[in-house]
Amino acid sequence: MRWHYKVSHRLRSLFHREKAELDLSEELQFHLQNQIDEYIAGGMDAQEARHAAFRSLGGVEQVKEECREARNMNVIENFARDMRLGVRMLRRNPGFTVLTILCLTLGIGANAAVFSWVEGILFRPYPLVPHQERLVALSGTAGEEREQTSWPDLLDLQKSCTLCETVFVSSITGATLSIGERAEVTTGSIVSANYFDAIGVQPILGRGFAPGEDTGRNGHPVVVISYRLWQTRFRGDPEIIGKTQRLDNVVHTIIGVAPARFYGTFVGRVMEFWVPASMVEVYNAGSNKLEDRGARWAEAFVRLKPGVTRNQAQQEISAIAARLEVAYPATNRGRGIKVWPLWNTPFNHASHLLPTLQIMVVVAMFVLFIVCANVGNLLLVRSFARRHEMTVRLAMGASRGRLVRQLVTEGLLLSTCGAAGGMLVAYWCRHALVLFFPGDVLYLPGEIDGRVLGLSAAVCLVVTLAVGLVPAFQTRRLALAETLKTEASAVMGARGRAWFRSSLVVLQVTLSFLLLVGATLLMQSLSKIRATSPGFSTQVFDTSVPLVTAGYDAPRAKIFQDELIQRVRALPGIEEAAYARVVPLSYQSYSSTPIAVDGYEPQPDEQPTAEYNEVSPDYFATMSIPLISGREFTRADDENAPPVAIVNQTMVARYWRGKNPIGQRLEVKGNWVLVVGVVKDSKYYSIEETPRPFFYVPLRQYFAIEPDIHIRTTQPLETIQTALMREVRALDPNLALYEMITLQEQVNRSTSEQLVAVTLVALFGGLALLLASIGLYGVMSYTVSQSTRELGLRMALGAGASNVLRLVLSRGLLLTTTGIMIGIVLALLLTRLLGNLLYQVSPRDPLAFAAAFAVIALASTAACFLPAWRATRTDPIRALRAE
Amino acid sequence: MAKPTDLLQGTLDLLILRTLVLEPMHGWGIAQRIRQVSKEVLQVNQGALYPALHRLEQQGWIQAKWGESENNRRAKFYSLTPDGARYLRQEQAQWKRLSLAINHVLETP
Repeated sequence: MRWHYKVSHRLRSLFHREKAELDLSEELQFHLQNQIDEYIAGGMDAQEARHAAFRSLGGVEQVKEECREARNMNVIENFARDMRLGVRMLRRNPGFTVLTILCLTLGIGANAAVFSWVEGILFRPYPLVPHQERLVALSGTAGEEREQTSWPDLLDLQKSCTLCETVFVSSITGATLSIGERAEVTTGSIVSANYFDAIGVQPILGRGFAPGEDTGRNGHPVVVISYRLWQTRFRGDPEIIGKTQRLDNVVHTIIGVAPARFYGTFVGRVMEFWVPASMVEVYNAGSNKLEDRGARWAEAFVRLKPGVTRNQAQQEISAIAARLEVAYPATNRGRGIKVWPLWNTPFNHASHLLPTLQIMVVVAMFVLFIVCANVGNLLLVRSFARRHEMTVRLAMGASRGRLVRQLVTEGLLLSTCGAAGGMLVAYWCRHALVLFFPGDVLYLPGEIDGRVLGLSAAVCLVVTLAVGLVPAFQTRRLALAETLKTEASAVMGARGRAWFRSSLVVLQVTLSFLLLVGATLLMQSLSKIRATSPGFSTQVFDTSVPLVTAGYDAPRAKIFQDELIQRVRALPGIEEAAYARVVPLSYQSYSSTPIAVDGYEPQPDEQPTAEYNEVSPDYFATMSIPLISGREFTRADDENAPPVAIVNQTMVARYWRGKNPIGQRLEVKGNWVLVVGVVKDSKYYSIEETPRPFFYVPLRQYFAIEPDIHIRTTQPLETIQTALMREVRALDPNLALYEMITLQEQVNRSTSEQLVAVTLVALFGGLALLLASIGLYGVMSYTVSQSTRELGLRMALGAGASNVLRLVLSRGLLLTTTGIMIGIVLALLLTRLLGNLLYQVSPRDPLAFAAAFAVIALASTAACFLPAWRATRTDPIRALRAE
Repeated sequence: MAKPTDLLQGTLDLLILRTLVLEPMHGWGIAQRIRQVSKEVLQVNQGALYPALHRLEQQGWIQAKWGESENNRRAKFYSLTPDGARYLRQEQAQWKRLSLAINHVLETP
């Protein structure tokens, strides 16, 4: 292999370009000289010989260009030269360059940011965890309803599932963490002992859980803490292992510290500690959850064996669930287990954000298309300006391929700058999603990994080809002689060259129309959601007192709660006040129980369940939830009284077939309770939910130490907060108060996903409209400048300014109308994709279409008006003389 | 600008390489030599000769060096590289097979 000849030669031609040029000239000169000598020897005179010699060579410059071309099989050299030329061209037109790069930054940045969110939230949500593509989430099913899974079911699944590598549990929980004087509510996970092995993350200090640490009720008070907790609360104490920490007032031994970038396995929140499942009752009191098959609390995942598909796993797991149904009919009748892809995990934020992110992917693509169309248009305008340059180069013997390469290289330069800017945008926007969830400590990171970079590079490449090839497409049709002779003048509405630019504009109008329709629909939906009554008064303040942290047990808490509510009622301006364990529309979950109803015969595969809230007397009055019949809870409904319940309308309709249930019995967690009242339905988890059966029990009979206090008052929030704080301190100076918010704020927080979608689609829609208007303006200005002669002629023949105005405007509006027409057809097909995000708004709502139509029509008229007006200023004399 | 067809281009390359087997030569000399040896049948298109030389150099089959010509002018002399020699042998064999085959077809009654 004599590669060194090649390499040394190519390097020489790369670095000694001027020398190579001189050599080439000298070489040809030598040839010509010899030829001339020969002709003179043959009897020609010097002048004649000279001409003949040049003729025989066939054009010195062309031979030179071909020699250069032959040498330029050197790709690197060619590329380097094109780059240098490209940079020079771009520097010469800074306005054009900046505008183009800004557009591209926007387009590529929007896509990269959305990709990074999709990657970081849906596909690779758990940093440091290897092979996430093999992880799936598990949930229980009861008919159509989704629920959690029970510990014994999971143990059976782990034993008999052949396609599962491991089954593991990671249930989110909160705990009050006290260190010295301070106390703080933190979020952590209750996990199975195999957790750290199953996800493939090992603690950097100490150890993970040992097999068996998830067995034995309350048997293993050990905890693995997060790196952040270790650094902030324990100041990175290297001797931390073996020390103890109180969690919800139970002393745990710290056995490990998780790695720095490991945040647990819950999309949307950062986990601060991990405790084994044996300790579940500390955090989530109730029955013995490790043995009770009916207690469904576990949020579980499965790591599938390599090569196993989700469908195969689902089939096997369904078969196992069916066997469990037969073996344990009392708890498992009508229940199955469902496998979910990680990006649709039902028990964390993944499934909430999925529809929003899907819409965002589509929207970002639209923006990219619009940007490509716009930049393509800008480049086209420039390519017309450069037509002369290109033609001259063609005439000098450059091949068309050479010119195309040059144009594509310029495109690559632009899109690389755009991509670099875009990656910066994506990097800055990594944590931007969280901004839409005020008040919640959320963690929704974008992940910029190899796949995101790769995808963005692919986008960049496509953009390069798109924007580089558009002008190249035009050079293909350069007619040498014609272009060199004259700048051909066009006629208004002439076909030919203009059609390509026009269709780019039509494309932009169409896409902007789609985005605007989408934005309007989402806005309508959001305002509908905000306007929908949740079924309770939203002018209620809500907060709670951290009694658990302060070490209150149930008897002390009961005394405290009674005293506090009396003091609160005595405050000026207080209308009503009551306790409830769960605030509606918050992320807290209600208690759930299998129920039985006198006289209701369930279907063979049905296990009726319902959720309920534990509330104090006067709750319904405080919340303004109307009582339809019967009575409210009273102070008499305490631990010593017979247990009672109040049910909602949907529950009456479903289980009592609409008959009056008062005086009937209902079985709650194995005890029969008496129904004493019926209240109107209200919203429990979200505004969009359909009515669900729900009931209430007295707080005293189903006691919770830390319920929320709900206060209806005419006073402003600050006043009532200060007053409440004073009363709490008067009772116990060591107590603090959690954040106080109105239920309206709670409603707003629960609609954050819609807000994200509305904001982003509206933002992109506005942007698209702006870009499309610029595009339309560009095309119209160009058309007008190209048809000066025609316009001059028309005016010389007597056309008035209004005729010319009409002519130009109608041409521009034709483009808009075409774009809108296509947009309407596409929108009718596409807006269905918004389905999940739309609440009580038809995807084909005529109002949204009309609004988008009006906005685009207005914007495009404005965009066309300036060029049209300029056309009326055409001076006929000068226009005609210019020929 | 019409470029020579592939066949012609390939043929020219072959002729150039064959010419350089004997000694290093400059472009002018190569053109002359081909004309003489082919008994004036083959007129080398001089416009195509130089691009071909540069292409062959780029391929690494010939290399160039400046030197003095017979009439004391500075000239660029091309010589065959070992790679080029090997390539020539291959192409010559190929050419012989091809021309034999064509002769055979043409002369079969």
